[in-house]
Amino acid sequence: MLDISSVRKGKTVVVCMAGELDHHTSESARESLDNLIEDNSIKNMVVDLSELKFMDSSGIGVFIGRYKILSERAGKMVVFGLNNHISKIWEISGLYKIIAIYESLDASLHGVQEVE
Amino acid sequence: MKIKNEMRLEIVSKSQNEAFARVVVAAFAAQLDPTLEEIADIKTAVSEAVTNAIIHAYDQSIGIVEIVGKLFDGGIIVEIMDRGKGIENIEEAMQPLYTSKPELERSGMGFTVMETFMDEVEVTSSLGKGTRVRMVKYIKHGNEMGKT
Ligand SMILES: Nc1ncnc2c1ncn2[C@@H]1O[C@H](COP(=O)(O)OP(=O)(O)OP(=O)(O)O)[C@@H](O)[C@H]1O
Ligand SMILES: [Mg+2]
Repeated sequence: MLDISSVRKGKTVVVCMAGELDHHTSESARESLDNLIEDNSIKNMVVDLSELKFMDSSGIGVFIGRYKILSERAGKMVVFGLNNHISKIWEISGLYKIIAIYESLDASLHGVQEVE
Repeated sequence: MKIKNEMRLEIVSKSQNEAFARVVVAAFAAQLDPTLEEIADIKTAVSEAVTNAIIHAYDQSIGIVEIVGKLFDGGIIVEIMDRGKGIENIEEAMQPLYTSKPELERSGMGFTVMETFMDEVEVTSSLGKGTRVRMVKYIKHGNEMGKT
């Protein structure tokens, strides 16, 4: 089970992923995220992972894929709220080198320069 | 190491069963009183091996994935077996970032995740016959089996 919800803030979309991201749920995750950034005026994505309980290497592919799309638009992708297990995946896969981890939503928005 | 308890599970290679398989193994491992982190490590490694059997071994076809768990004092052995297409070059397959399916946005990190999260990972495979992944996780602060 995976739920995805989002709000738009300027050129940034803030996405909350809740549940489990594995091979089974990755297909719909990919589709939902691509729909959210279909609009070319969206440059950045901030992903709230505080409700994501599980992720395996299928999730790595999902994040790298969306990162590539946004970086072609000179946009950024950042995350916050990772639990210990997901932090470990971020670390061993090298994801942290391209998708930075922030402390909070505010810090993430600062990170992508979308602050009021 | 003396085996104190054992479980066997067979699933058809449908992605819906990935979550089921990892939860079953985690629940079985709970008898060793592992930490939450150790449980998450086991779940993730099982998820990787079962997903590989579904995507790579059987591709679009449906086959059986067999999952065996064995508990000993101080740890668990998990074996994931398929009768799918097999791996031609195991050493290459286990390299970080190697994937035979980049078009599916696979990252090639599955075996690296298994090796990081488990203490031992051993892969045996034979082309056209199938693959077996045998993993061992030591549960350091666990209770002694049989006491509870
Ligand atoms: N059970 C299997 N049967 C046949 N081939 C396999 C099996 N498991 C792994 N492989 C081969 O080993 C390669 C590496 O596997 P690994 O799990 O590391 O990466 P991946 O599955 O390609 O990508 P990811 O797991 O990051 O989504 C696969 O691309 C595949 O070619
Ligand atoms: Mg894999």
